[in-house]
Amino acid sequence: MKTLSTLFKNNVREYGMLIALIAVMVFFQFQTKGVLMKPVNITNLVLQNSYVITMAMGMLLIIITGWIDLSVGSVVAVIGALAGVLIVRYDVNWVLVVAISLLLGAAIGAFHGYFVAYLKIPAFIVTLAGMLIFRGLTIALLRGESVGPFPRGFQNISSGFIPDIFNGSLNDKPFHITTILIGVILSILLIWLDMRTRKNQQKYGFEVTPLYFFVVKNIAITAAVMGFSYLMASYKGIPTVLVLLFVLITFYAFITSSSVIGRRIYAMGGNEKAARLSGVNTPRLLFYTFINMGVLASMAGLIVAARLNSSTPNAGDGMELDVIAACFIGGASPSGGVGKVIGALVGAFLIGVLNNGMSIMGVGIDWQKVVKGVVLLLAVLFDVYNKNKNA
Amino acid sequence: MSDVILEMRNITKTFPGVKALNNVSFSVAQGEIHALVGENGAGKSTLMKVLSGIYPYGTYDGEIYFQGKECRFRDITESEKVGLVIIHQELALIPFLSVAENLFLGNERAKNGIIDWNESISKTAELLERVGLHESPNTLITNMGVGKQQLVEIAKALAKEVKLLILDEPTASLNENDSEKLLELLLQFKEHGISSILISHKLSEVNKVADSITILRDGSTIETLDCRKDNITEDRIIRGMVGRDLTHRFPPREKNIGEVIFEVQDWNVYHPIHEDRKVSTNVNITVRKGEVVGVAGLMGAGRTELAMSIFGRAYGTRISGNAYRNGKEVDISTIDKAISNGIAYATEDRKAYGLVLIQEVKNNITLANLEEISNNQVINEPQEMKVTSEYRDKLNIKCSSIQQLALNLSGGNQQKVVLSKWLFASPEILILDEPTRGIDVGAKYEIYTIINRLANEGKGIILISSELPEILGVCDRIYIMRDGKIVGEMPASEASQEKVMKYIMTQQEVVEQ
Repeated sequence: MKTLSTLFKNNVREYGMLIALIAVMVFFQFQTKGVLMKPVNITNLVLQNSYVITMAMGMLLIIITGWIDLSVGSVVAVIGALAGVLIVRYDVNWVLVVAISLLLGAAIGAFHGYFVAYLKIPAFIVTLAGMLIFRGLTIALLRGESVGPFPRGFQNISSGFIPDIFNGSLNDKPFHITTILIGVILSILLIWLDMRTRKNQQKYGFEVTPLYFFVVKNIAITAAVMGFSYLMASYKGIPTVLVLLFVLITFYAFITSSSVIGRRIYAMGGNEKAARLSGVNTPRLLFYTFINMGVLASMAGLIVAARLNSSTPNAGDGMELDVIAACFIGGASPSGGVGKVIGALVGAFLIGVLNNGMSIMGVGIDWQKVVKGVVLLLAVLFDVYNKNKNA
Repeated sequence: MSDVILEMRNITKTFPGVKALNNVSFSVAQGEIHALVGENGAGKSTLMKVLSGIYPYGTYDGEIYFQGKECRFRDITESEKVGLVIIHQELALIPFLSVAENLFLGNERAKNGIIDWNESISKTAELLERVGLHESPNTLITNMGVGKQQLVEIAKALAKEVKLLILDEPTASLNENDSEKLLELLLQFKEHGISSILISHKLSEVNKVADSITILRDGSTIETLDCRKDNITEDRIIRGMVGRDLTHRFPPREKNIGEVIFEVQDWNVYHPIHEDRKVSTNVNITVRKGEVVGVAGLMGAGRTELAMSIFGRAYGTRISGNAYRNGKEVDISTIDKAISNGIAYATEDRKAYGLVLIQEVKNNITLANLEEISNNQVINEPQEMKVTSEYRDKLNIKCSSIQQLALNLSGGNQQKVVLSKWLFASPEILILDEPTRGIDVGAKYEIYTIINRLANEGKGIILISSELPEILGVCDRIYIMRDGKIVGEMPASEASQEKVMKYIMTQQEVVEQ
């Protein structure tokens, strides 16, 4: 059996980041006199970070392949602009516009991917060009001004909540019972999954974590899920966008850990030549990875537009940096082959909590940037330090 | 002559959990060539890293005396200052800098931070002359062959006024011709009073130039043999290295050769960058069921290029020719198609082309055949674990677990992981490119055993090797390549080293371009 200390040593990155996140949350909870963990703010936190998390899923895959995508902020803007122009100026049905936007996102991804994968131009350059091109197109499309507002249905993409089928209340205040129910189901599902994995490991005679650790871990996860559900339920319940995030995170966690395509992406990032000589069609895989990024960036573009209720020329400005930082804070390696969805998620939340907490405290945008930069540097320093210690 | 230039006393170096060196003592006399031999993992490289200050003073126990003075090197610059220069297995030259720039890197001929190019160039020319390399000081490293790069490394050591030169596997990637030159050079240096430590797996070389041989095994000194007094045979050295007699260096195999299973006809390949340069010309090759076919030739004869171009056009452009499997023409135009047509190619460069070093052993083994362990694109992890554990046991891969990173395995075990990967893809035709390069005698024997087993299972094997004894000892039939052409073919029973060498060397241009 693995001892707790070796377990911690092997996963020091994941646990380290999680501890950092909790520490930052506790710090801001005190500094903001409890505002941070208020139901309305927690909901806000989710809404504010939904686009960073959405794009982090795609960016993580790109970083694992060993490349980077600098264009995502501009793609967010151009997709938002297109949606605005089509819906507001030309009165196109918003559902159709969503479909068109996602397709266009795929096309933009394919554009970048083609240059990187088949014409072998470094992604840094290709996507830097894309960043300029799509920002320019955004301003042209919008003629330099904001376009809005959007119809209710479109706005609901990011500001809607799932309805409460029970119409519940607690202490005479509305209380979203459906949310609690979903929380309970999710907790049971997570425990069941973990138990199944453990059983499988035992069946094949692999080392498992000690039972008490398993129990404590599951209690902690359940407590977190239920606490979160409770906070959500006391406000308006689960935002629709959270459902989308949940689906995306589950999907990409699965892709990276258990799918053939995920395994091949890691192999390509770890050693492109060896992967190619093992029969992996590396250019095509890289091409797909960029298409995937394009679709996710356009999804984020729609969420941003819906949330602002208008398309603005500088939407998504600098967002690529938050997304990339989330991946690196989450332990992805700039040289490729390394990175986890859960890490990117924790990284995105860490950045989100920093943004949110400092904004509540009234810290100016200037110092916010300084703090985020320092955190990024410290996280990577922590990585390097660990690596050297183990070597 | 018997003045001692270097003495290392009771060196002990421990890594977490492993004692890499245990009380090793080692001394080198003034003006001798001292060979250091031992299996992979015996501690040769560790000992040299201690000596050159890569492992600084304080991280090991024991004492080092150089020219009678105790040395406590804190880093490599300190050891170089006293004239101790190490040349690593992997060359440390900057590809896009010129010879002159590389020679004086970190040691620039400069006044007040401004490089004196005239002095640098003329000094470079002088040093190149000393190592017998006729190249302009302005040639970029990337435009030179490995053999010449090795000479540049040595010239670089001379620039530092070397007194004791340490060469770690200097001939591992050189052909016989270049190896010969390099060894000659060492002998010349000896005349000029420069001592050398030579780490090598090639015992014939060791025998040729070494004045004494120290054998390391499992982190301890086993013995030091004096070649000037006694006549030391290769078998004698091997006995010391492995601690047992290796009566057969090549395991015997009962031959059971069937009909032709794979054939390549009129194969032509051009260089990927210099498109008018032909790297394979009208090559015809056949492989029979249960047959081991050797491909002999010098480095640069086009053997790897031929193999890779057959393996899904992984190398070259404007490839033409036909491939037949069991008499029927097959499409092997992509690696994917080549694999599904039963061809596998295990690369000569396992670190760069064979393994994803930062990944687990099990991920490496299954990479070429993920379909086998997945349903609908979802990997069945328990099955993967089971399959890879089987290969670990079958090929005797020494790893702490199948989840250990490939990075942390020794060369021989890494090679076995590469082999496992291709065996798991269950090919019919297996091309092995230098499968025993840089691995120790014991592991080599194991690889030969695996080759025999595969042949017995009815697979066709193409073995590319630069070691003639290996080709002669393992193969049934031998092709000889020169300048991208097959210039000879003979059954192994009729072949001898001299005969094959004659084919290899005839019309070989003496002056390289």
